[in-house]
Amino acid sequence: MAELLEQYREVAPRGTVDFLRRLGERVAGRSMLHVNSTRSGGGVAEILQRLLPLLQEVGVHARWEVIAGSDLFYRTTKGFHNALQGMKQRITSEMFEAYLECNRENARRLNLEADVAMIHDPQPAALIDARPREAAWIWRCHIDLSTPQRSVWQFLRPFVVRYQAAVFSLPKFTQQLPISQFLVYPSIDPLSDKNRELPPEEVSQILRRLGVPQDKPILLQVSRFDRFKDPVGVVEAYRLVKKSHDCRLVLAGGTAADDPEGGEVLAEVQETVGADPDVHLLLLPPTANVEINALQRAATLVIQKSTREGFGLTVSEALWKGKPVIGGETGGITVQIIPGRTGYTVNSPEGTAFYIKRLLNEPEQIAAMGVQAKEYARHRFLITRHVQDYLGLMIYLGDRRQ
Amino acid sequence: MADRRAEHLFRFVSCMELREALGKRALDEQRLLEIIEEAPVDSIYYHTHSYYLRHPYAQRLFPNDFATWVALHAQDRVLGEKLGILDPFAFEGIEQLRTEIVTIVTDHLRRLGTVPRCLTGEPFEFVRSHVIDVPLEVTAATLREFRDALTGIEVGAVYNHLCEARLRKGHLRGDFAFWIAAEDGLRMAELAGQVEHVGHCGLSLEAMRGRIIDLCDRALAGENSAER
Repeated sequence: MAELLEQYREVAPRGTVDFLRRLGERVAGRSMLHVNSTRSGGGVAEILQRLLPLLQEVGVHARWEVIAGSDLFYRTTKGFHNALQGMKQRITSEMFEAYLECNRENARRLNLEADVAMIHDPQPAALIDARPREAAWIWRCHIDLSTPQRSVWQFLRPFVVRYQAAVFSLPKFTQQLPISQFLVYPSIDPLSDKNRELPPEEVSQILRRLGVPQDKPILLQVSRFDRFKDPVGVVEAYRLVKKSHDCRLVLAGGTAADDPEGGEVLAEVQETVGADPDVHLLLLPPTANVEINALQRAATLVIQKSTREGFGLTVSEALWKGKPVIGGETGGITVQIIPGRTGYTVNSPEGTAFYIKRLLNEPEQIAAMGVQAKEYARHRFLITRHVQDYLGLMIYLGDRRQ
Repeated sequence: MADRRAEHLFRFVSCMELREALGKRALDEQRLLEIIEEAPVDSIYYHTHSYYLRHPYAQRLFPNDFATWVALHAQDRVLGEKLGILDPFAFEGIEQLRTEIVTIVTDHLRRLGTVPRCLTGEPFEFVRSHVIDVPLEVTAATLREFRDALTGIEVGAVYNHLCEARLRKGHLRGDFAFWIAAEDGLRMAELAGQVEHVGHCGLSLEAMRGRIIDLCDRALAGENSAER
């Protein structure tokens, strides 16, 4: 077990592993519980899978609980997700009640005992009713809350203000709240199947299996089939590029257990694409980590043309693999893409096409930006930095309570 | 002199920065000024010092966030430059630094007669930082040991001893210069003065580290004749 953290010595910035061990000494023996709504699929589950063993190794008794819900509950929380990110949604009183009932039921079922509990996103936010007396509870919001639909936020806010603190990914996502609002970027694990080094032969083998030829430049977007990720806009950008540059477009989308809307959006994208043989729509299961890794490594350029984004960890994944990213100027994408250094931020299919063409015309620029992209990801978006922030938060909250 | 053994060991302490958003935003320079006047000192400190901890790609126009925001988002290059030249190492306290910032912005707005507004849709977001000390098991008793340790420690320790020490812990010379000069330290006054001066040069943390190591090397090589 003691070897796990050591494996990061080669990939994390100098001194990081020893620093984490020192931090861990200050919270050793304390317990930390994470609660979210899915064990697989989506960025939060992915982070927790990798984060918990590292927290455990530095001495924290870290646990993870997952709430269970009905179809109505997941439809409701998907509606919350969209509404909180600014998309108009109709949430009925029956849906609000289903949300509350599901949280009550989970509060009875789950073991919520811990010194510190981190409750992720709106789905389990109402569990705060079941907080044990001495525990420090933190609401971890991964989504862009900058322009929420007021009715949904007003419903959730009374739960949020009862937490000891909240954690957001960016300052612009914070709200007027009477509790402390800390800022922590999410992260990727450089040693996971999705991000570890892959030999070129394995990359080619996987691409053959997925039916994606490597005969021309590959443009790639990896994301759930979700309207905020604007897959249709990516197809439009590809068509503009295709007029002058022969290339392929791969849209690789995962699904998540708590996202009932994916199929509908996929159908829209299929209709937009039509019969173009150079566009590949890949519906991958949540376990397709090595496949995504291979696609990102095989890609010439990676796109993340979101119109709303909590953080956009697919950008960090691509940066880590030395790929410049062309991404929507929104949310966490803006802190990952440093224009001209690690990629370009854009606001339209036209802008996306412009920068794709510029970079395809300058392959040496792609290589140079790729080197910078990897170094930037190393310092800011690896899981070791995430562990550091959570340990710091535990130390700070612990000190404040004494 | 360069091989003197200090009675009091120098203990390297690193740190991490925990960021907290204040939920206060400014969309124009007047509001920026008002919030600067009332913000906690930890916020003024964050926006004028955390630049040093950022990756070089994330270090934008100027070494303080106020200057960068007015230049990029309110497109007021003049105020950006006036704030950008501020040397945080020239102040003896955060309140003194705040007063200087407020004076510069107030004078500028008075002369301008209008209030430049954010033109990019990106408001100035006020953040403060909490710094958590993490003692390292690294100590130095001689200048050679100090120099070698400084070469290898992670950059958070450099920040802690140069930046945190000055304005948040009140060690105005910075921990390195203080120990180098101290009676129970190395008692090398001239070298201490040179190390203290490094903070005023507008360098990045890594460049400051490099400059201090270079000063130590020169002292060790005997070039620091005044010390003999």
